[in-house]
Amino acid sequence: MSNQYTFQTNLLHNKHKFDPATGGVSVPIQHASTFHQHDIDTFGKYDYSRSGNPTREALEEVIAELEEGCRGFAFSSGMAAISTAFLLLSKDDHVVISEDVYGGTFRMVSQVLTRFGISHTFVDMTDLEAIKQAIQPNTKLFYVETPSNPLLKVTDIKAVSDLAKEIGALTFVDNTFLTPAIQKPLTLGADIVLHSATKFLSGHSDVVAGLAVVKDPILAERLYFLQNSFGAVLGVQDAWLVLRGLKTLHVRLEHSVQAAEKLANFFKDHPLVSKVYYPGLADHPQYDIQQAQASSAGAVLSFDLKNEAVFRTFVENVKIPVFAVSLGAVESILSYPAKMSHAAMPEKERAQRGITNSLLRLSVGLENPEDLIKDFSDALNKVKQ
Amino acid sequence: MYKTDTKLAQIGNRSEEATGTVSAPVYFSTAYRHAGIGQSTGFDYSRTANPTRQILEEAIADLEGGDRGYACSSGMAAILTVLSLFQSGDEWIVSKDLYGGTYRILEEGFKKWGLTCRYTNTSDIQNIEKEITPQTKAIFLETPTNPLMEQTDISEAARIAKKHNVLLIVDNTFYTPILQQPILLGADIVIHSATKYLGGHNDVLAGLIVAKGTELCEKLAKYHNAAGAVLSPFDSWLLMRGMKTLALRMERHEQNAQEIVEFLQKHESITDVLYPGHGGMISFRIISEKWVNPFLQNLKLICFAESLGGVESFITYPATQTHADIPEEVRNETGVDNRLLRFSVGIENVQDIINDLTQSLAAVKKEIVIHE
Repeated sequence: MSNQYTFQTNLLHNKHKFDPATGGVSVPIQHASTFHQHDIDTFGKYDYSRSGNPTREALEEVIAELEEGCRGFAFSSGMAAISTAFLLLSKDDHVVISEDVYGGTFRMVSQVLTRFGISHTFVDMTDLEAIKQAIQPNTKLFYVETPSNPLLKVTDIKAVSDLAKEIGALTFVDNTFLTPAIQKPLTLGADIVLHSATKFLSGHSDVVAGLAVVKDPILAERLYFLQNSFGAVLGVQDAWLVLRGLKTLHVRLEHSVQAAEKLANFFKDHPLVSKVYYPGLADHPQYDIQQAQASSAGAVLSFDLKNEAVFRTFVENVKIPVFAVSLGAVESILSYPAKMSHAAMPEKERAQRGITNSLLRLSVGLENPEDLIKDFSDALNKVKQ
Repeated sequence: MYKTDTKLAQIGNRSEEATGTVSAPVYFSTAYRHAGIGQSTGFDYSRTANPTRQILEEAIADLEGGDRGYACSSGMAAILTVLSLFQSGDEWIVSKDLYGGTYRILEEGFKKWGLTCRYTNTSDIQNIEKEITPQTKAIFLETPTNPLMEQTDISEAARIAKKHNVLLIVDNTFYTPILQQPILLGADIVIHSATKYLGGHNDVLAGLIVAKGTELCEKLAKYHNAAGAVLSPFDSWLLMRGMKTLALRMERHEQNAQEIVEFLQKHESITDVLYPGHGGMISFRIISEKWVNPFLQNLKLICFAESLGGVESFITYPATQTHADIPEEVRNETGVDNRLLRFSVGIENVQDIINDLTQSLAAVKKEIVIHE
């Protein structure tokens, strides 16, 4: 691992800054599914693209370096990365997991893992006492999303990892919302970092991808075995597109985070907004933890509008953001968690977690923040009339 | 309606209603089915118009403040398409300090087909007026120039062009519409090597033309289709993907360049620094020609490569790369001498770039002293 340069320079100047054969400054796309073997006794490094492909490997090495892990793995979606990592568990194991986890992960844990005899307990990960109480003799994994989706609750990664180590369990952290540009869970004690690379890492709403990075070489070998066995690997064109997106990760996030801070303050002061969830606001309950473990609060925020009527008028009148699922793109994306990311969660569960029917999540893009504030302000003004 | 950075981020969004896609679809289809005679969808054959390419063409036309855009397979293909507007006997007035590829097509191609070019230092606006003849049909400017960073007053050049009823063509590759919009200053045609800042990732070769005025736009559309040096759908899409981050990249390129200019100006081994005040391009002269090769070889972070405008920092040696087609005596006269290096400053952390320059210059100094 080269720590010669700063993070933003490392995004561009890593092992794959140029192709050794031609000097090409963009990693070549290797479409080959199989590779010629020159020696019948010793096969080369690559034999079949599911097991290893040079383009995918470039992405895997780059993300491993950025997250400061020993090895990276690229998957066909964020859920493929998460599901493959869950396959490290065995029958009768138990998982302690964030209660406001992403709906897709919620579905995987509650409807798929349960069929394989893997049980779980949902907890408020901001409450260390609650986590301790959830521990069972067979607890093998702590699964953390921080900040959480969509309520932006912040979990103390180091505290949870310490707790996991005490009982010999693993800690997985979904780092999709912040990326290694802002937060590096492996340096705080986590064992595996997971990403929906569809979001900020790739950043242009045009590729579906997942990544995992592992800290320990033995655990990495086990995950490699599963990646190859399960085979939910990322295609080479998509691997190349993610690599291309990574080159501007730092400048994109810098812009979007600054804009998110402005928007959080705008919503906070608006009379038709009843609550703003953003860990960069000083009154956020885990503001201090966020400051300590990450370099900023990221570019996603949620806000609850005064009532459903205000919510409807607002959504019908905003012009700039895309009203869609997903986040972390050049375009600002406005999502409706109750019907989108968390639709897989029963309404009762949603209500308990604070995911109301007037809650919106905003992923701030690269537009000029003044254009966004004007757009939101105009849409909210329609309510008053 | 929106600010430029907002327009850039939104390129291709809301491009179609059928799926609601936020990323422009890539249409590989070369032909388009029509319901009946005279019932074109607006698309017939992909060379003439392609739905993906059209989104890009509309975006660049909007960004440059022109009426229509044309996407070509390279920056040179864009120049060639514009050259189709002229005929034997016509004359152009051209910036003396010029990209070598443009010089080559004018001198080795169009000269033998009867187009005469008069080269002059256009940064002094009087020089343009002096070169005007009854055969003059266009003024072709690069501003800032490549690699000497000389600037021409576009509004003044436009005034002269209008007075003599000739076209003003501006190569806006170095500045992009973020920093300069020549059409708004009176130019008729803007061209781009979009391979550079607009694409921005050193992974797509493309050219763009933007024009103002109905008649001119129709002529260009005719030659664009007839000559056929059009941009492929996939490259059109990649270019749009690059343009979404143009504002952010340009801001960082410029910040970094300004700090590096300050560093180079103070450095004992650098004799001249040429920087027009904006953008990410710098040229500088190193103390001796003997230093050039070891300096390039000792760089660890910055790539020694041709091209510019990408996220990665590149240093180019114009004498043997971009300007190799210009004779040495012409180069020495214009200032593109053998001590000149051109620096396309990337978006890396500026301190990392400065550290690399520092270590390479120190290593060369040591090597040269030992040798001597």
